[in-house]
Amino acid sequence: MSAEEPLLSVENLTTRFDTDAGTLTAVDGIDFDVREGETVCLVGESGSGKTVATESVTRIVKEPPGHVEGEVIFRGRDLLSMPESELRKIRGHNIAHIFQNPQDALNHCFTVGWQIVEAMQVHQDVPDDEARAKAIDLLDEVGIANASERFEDYPHEFSGGQKQRVMIAMALVGNPDLLIADEPTTALDVTVQAQILKLLGRLQDEYGMGILFVTHDLGVVAEIADRIVVMYAGKVMERGGVYDIFERPAHPYTQALMQCLPGRGETTTGITGSLPDPTNPPDGCRFAPRCEHAVQDCQVGEQPDEVDIGDDHAVSCVYYRPGYDSSVVADDTLSAGTTTDEEGPADD
Amino acid sequence: MTDDSLLEVRNLKKYYPIKKGLLNRTVGEARAVDGISFDVHRGETLGLVGESGCGKSTAAEAIVRLEEVTAGEVIFNGGDRAGAARDENGVHPNDVTKFDKQELKEFRRGAQMIFQDPSSSFDPRMKIGSSIAELLQIHGMSDRHRRRAIVEDLLERVGLSATDFDRFPHEFSGGQKQRIALARALVLNPDLVVADEPVSALDVSIQAEVLDLINDLQEEFGLSLLFISHDMSVIREICDRVAVMYLGKIVEIGSTEEIFSNPQHPYTEALLSSIPMPDPRREKEGIELKGTVPDPVNPPSGCRFHTRCHKVVQPDDVDIEQEQWRGVLNFRDRAAAGTIDVDGIRQTLIAENDGGTAVSDDAVRQDLRAEFDLPNTIADPDIESAVTDAIDQVMAGEDEAAATTLADAFTTPCEETEPEFTDHGDGHQSACIRHNDQRQSADLAAKSEAD
Repeated sequence: MSAEEPLLSVENLTTRFDTDAGTLTAVDGIDFDVREGETVCLVGESGSGKTVATESVTRIVKEPPGHVEGEVIFRGRDLLSMPESELRKIRGHNIAHIFQNPQDALNHCFTVGWQIVEAMQVHQDVPDDEARAKAIDLLDEVGIANASERFEDYPHEFSGGQKQRVMIAMALVGNPDLLIADEPTTALDVTVQAQILKLLGRLQDEYGMGILFVTHDLGVVAEIADRIVVMYAGKVMERGGVYDIFERPAHPYTQALMQCLPGRGETTTGITGSLPDPTNPPDGCRFAPRCEHAVQDCQVGEQPDEVDIGDDHAVSCVYYRPGYDSSVVADDTLSAGTTTDEEGPADD
Repeated sequence: MTDDSLLEVRNLKKYYPIKKGLLNRTVGEARAVDGISFDVHRGETLGLVGESGCGKSTAAEAIVRLEEVTAGEVIFNGGDRAGAARDENGVHPNDVTKFDKQELKEFRRGAQMIFQDPSSSFDPRMKIGSSIAELLQIHGMSDRHRRRAIVEDLLERVGLSATDFDRFPHEFSGGQKQRIALARALVLNPDLVVADEPVSALDVSIQAEVLDLINDLQEEFGLSLLFISHDMSVIREICDRVAVMYLGKIVEIGSTEEIFSNPQHPYTEALLSSIPMPDPRREKEGIELKGTVPDPVNPPSGCRFHTRCHKVVQPDDVDIEQEQWRGVLNFRDRAAAGTIDVDGIRQTLIAENDGGTAVSDDAVRQDLRAEFDLPNTIADPDIESAVTDAIDQVMAGEDEAAATTLADAFTTPCEETEPEFTDHGDGHQSACIRHNDQRQSADLAAKSEAD
């Protein structure tokens, strides 16, 4: 790990919700960090707690019924212990969010220009005309053609991809250090998705922001991630650089996820079974009930401690403990899988 | 016409009227599906792929006649309808679009549909077993015990248990609900299943499971499948043949292998290159499609893709870099639409100059050219002079005049001629004028090799 202080450092983050069926632990003591200017992808199936984890970072989870515990250090300050009024200055300014469904995130009663200007004036004391000019500038920046006219348009007059661009423009008003993007392209077409991913990459270079990107699409991950955190049932299963995770996935769960990819791996049978009940998680490794390699030790105690297997690559699996043979879970089929058959169109 | 086609779609059109005003007068039509033709053979899976808004779901709904078609034929040779021939008026007895009520009911037995969102396609107050058994009842099976036996058996075959019969939709996960939807589609023993984005709402891990199940069941029941998806990787996994749609038209059709390894239409190429590949070492260049699908109310003339095509053809007397040619055309189209934002550019430049100082017109001109990837001088003198004039006109706020100047100066064959299908062998066809005219495509090949 590099000596410099990460931009965001999350430690032992736990988010519980009180429900009629008991306490539901959506995120169960996870750690991760995001360094300046890098993209960290939080990957997992739906229900694995990745969205709740990101919403806990800026405490936009509803409390109650939610309870967020742990430490979220952003630029040396703990977001979880600071008062709401302080946190408000950071949200939308230093840390910006973009969500999966832009149509739900925009207010359909106001023009998009008004909404961007509002986001700006919440944090900065800018006169109206200057704010307007800057908003138009931002719309232009995110690739909305004819920005000065579109400024006056309402959200319904934009397509899905354009709305997501507007959301990105709105996220950029405070020149954020960290952008949290929660499945921002899942609701979009592949062609539009490609445009948005490219845009995010360009803006990251330009603004030098860190991106915490939540997705279940491993194709997208491969395209943008620097580092990956694999989550399952509220726990971190594996973390590492993008090449390590894709080429040497160490955890049986990560391997299973990779095997699910169409065109990769031998089988396409999916992962049998489903996520454990979050109100009553199993003992030991959360993935043990679905894991083909599970042994007695997997099913007792807590989630195994993460074992560092080199190069910032860590895995939470008993097979990497001393006394176990990690080659049992080493994946042979995938080591060849990195050379996935070329799918790109033939060059002209 | 081949004997083994279960479904023959011929020149299918579905227009939606656009109504306006107090009198609800029709002022235009959205051409959601504009003349598509294809066959689905017995036992095969045909994929229909395209961006949202290209009309693929409308096509599916028109085929099973959930929507009345505007024109065209849908010939269904399932059930005991095989072998029928057209009568002397050219009307086919198996044309779904002309079925009466009785025939339609029979047709629905032979063709079933699966929808994208499994949670909204079940009645939340009905046991899932009853939801499935209802179909049997409607089609005349009056014995309750027999219905139950059939449904229980089917539930087991889709990987659930017989006791699930008495449970309600909310008790199941998305993947399980989609399995139930499969059971419901299969209970009448159909010949054809039309699946509209059946796995798009599911997680990757569950997607693979459901796709696998669809594959198994297809074999077991000898089904033909029309599979609609925007996800190329899913299409690749499950389909035997693929039809690529763009703005109501099929631009390319062929075997899955051909389409993926040897795409002929530029749109297919672009679509394939936008798929994010789960390989972090892949070169990330690809062809980026700019903008969005045009409005189906007023689709572009000629080839509908020409407004976004990266291989748009240059006229015989023009020979400039392809990127510049695309830029010139974009400039023309934007001028015609009146959406060139000179003020915006000026303001941006002022902002970059730290405000205050005025920006020279030349700087704005430069920026305008940069926006459309145009160099300071275009190699072709005619185009260069037209573009220079047009930029001046745009700067003066005369967008229309600029559009006329540009339109008079040049045009692309792509917008003048509607492309015909060209056969690339083995039923692989594409509609692109680069292939229509062999001479031209040979020309182009030579040109791109020289580049």
